[in-house]
Amino acid sequence: MPLTLDDRDQALLNGDGGPAAALAMRIVSRTAEVMRAERLVDITGAHIDSCLYNGQASVDFPKRLADGGAQVVVPATLNVSSLDLIHPELFRGDAHTASQGRLLMELYEGMGCQPTFTCAPYQQDNRPNVGEHVAWAESNAIVFANSVLGARTHRYGDFLDISAAITGRAPLAGLHLDANRRATVVFDVSAVPERLIALDAFYPLLGHHIGKRVGKAVPVVVGAPNHVAEHLLKALGAASAAAGAVGMFHLVGSTPEAPTLDAALGGERAAETSVVTAADLRLARDQLTTSTSSKLGVVSLGTPHYSVAEFGRVVEALDGRRVHPSVRLYINTGRSVANEIALRGWIPLLEASGVQIVTDTCTYITPIMEDIDGVAMTDSAKWAYYAPGNLGVDVAFGSVEDCIESAVRGEIVRDEGVWADA
Amino acid sequence: MPDAERVLMSGEARGPVLHLEEPISFWGGLDPWSGTIIDQAHPQVGESIVGRILLLPSGRGSSSGSSVLTEVLRAGIGPAGIVMRHADEILVIGALAAEELYDITVPIFTVDEATYGALTAADAIVMAPDGTITTG
Repeated sequence: MPLTLDDRDQALLNGDGGPAAALAMRIVSRTAEVMRAERLVDITGAHIDSCLYNGQASVDFPKRLADGGAQVVVPATLNVSSLDLIHPELFRGDAHTASQGRLLMELYEGMGCQPTFTCAPYQQDNRPNVGEHVAWAESNAIVFANSVLGARTHRYGDFLDISAAITGRAPLAGLHLDANRRATVVFDVSAVPERLIALDAFYPLLGHHIGKRVGKAVPVVVGAPNHVAEHLLKALGAASAAAGAVGMFHLVGSTPEAPTLDAALGGERAAETSVVTAADLRLARDQLTTSTSSKLGVVSLGTPHYSVAEFGRVVEALDGRRVHPSVRLYINTGRSVANEIALRGWIPLLEASGVQIVTDTCTYITPIMEDIDGVAMTDSAKWAYYAPGNLGVDVAFGSVEDCIESAVRGEIVRDEGVWADA
Repeated sequence: MPDAERVLMSGEARGPVLHLEEPISFWGGLDPWSGTIIDQAHPQVGESIVGRILLLPSGRGSSSGSSVLTEVLRAGIGPAGIVMRHADEILVIGALAAEELYDITVPIFTVDEATYGALTAADAIVMAPDGTITTG
């Protein structure tokens, strides 16, 4: 069946809502045709990734929309931008990038988007419920929305996000539909030693391993503990969406559409079952580490943006100790989480330890970090994947405890004991 | 649903083939100012996509791949065409935006396994608006 537009959609396409809404509807409906949607669906919200400056095109598109009088018709949150407006002194880039980055933030706010500037909109108060259709862009947010919240969004790119927010419509296809949310590939982790599964780092490493193997298929993980914490599911999803094209995963006993393996598979047989071993996780750890040097230049945490729970772990691990004078420790987060940890009294503690908090953006997007003399260390598989290309640095992946311990000592120390036989 | 031969973006192109042996994220994988692949873990790191027809298994990674594709097309340092084994909406959205904003069309086709395999051996290919692909 070809795409059928309803009267409202057709009216927008015809220009009844003005030229900007017509442009937005052309983008939505043409994307729907490519996705083989038979119709569009109302959305309850959008998350806009397009507010990051990627050159002139990233400005021209919203400018065309804003000049045409566009306004969003559903609540729309904004992803990370190119600037930290709360800590503007951190920016080390050129004036043109700064002014264009600023312009983009203003253009999207002018169209009615909320100035949230976070890649983790799901860490804010208002988040979509199970079954709600939304149009989210930002790969880690997409996979979290589908997998952990049970909301429904396809793997959208920049420009479709704002177009959906302006029309209030998205293609009813892809991960919006039950049939495509069913897992087809099983990853069985029951053979992984318990001491590795107990590590926070298990989840991003598993995500990297899965992303490398499944492409855009929907995987289900079986054999992990029940009720895994949200920040660990976030790390798994982000890693799988960076290393692959995962828009949704299931983790039996933790994610809402996977109370059982059979439920995640939709009652059908898996196309493929893969047994995960300690060696697979070890390989993922090695792939995310590009240097064996122990010379530490910088530590970056918070990709995706850190949650309150993750900040709590940092405060605990630092235990009042100072970061070594030769090392900078950056933590990326969103404004709402920054406000929450301020209320808890943690910001003075972190600052006294020498931690630099970055809001609105991320250290691998924007020139913030000072000249890095040594390896960059991170607890994020996603940051470790992109930073060598984006920043030209060598990286070392470690647990958050490894990262904090290294930052305090001024050299890379990783707990190898737990990996000894892996 | 299997991705057989489909025209995702119609258009024509002729050019040398760059076979990307692994999926790529245009954001974080491609330098938007030069059109060079910067994903340090990608087999084709250091190669230029400028004016070439990309043959790749699928997309990957960032949503910002859309705007990076639009930007390299605007700047005249984009690919001439894209042939994929599996459809990727993120790249198609970037191509749609380039057509809307700048009237620049980049054809994007998907092909089946056998055709894909055969094209990996081609030095140059021609993409026709009806979806046919010929080598040479």
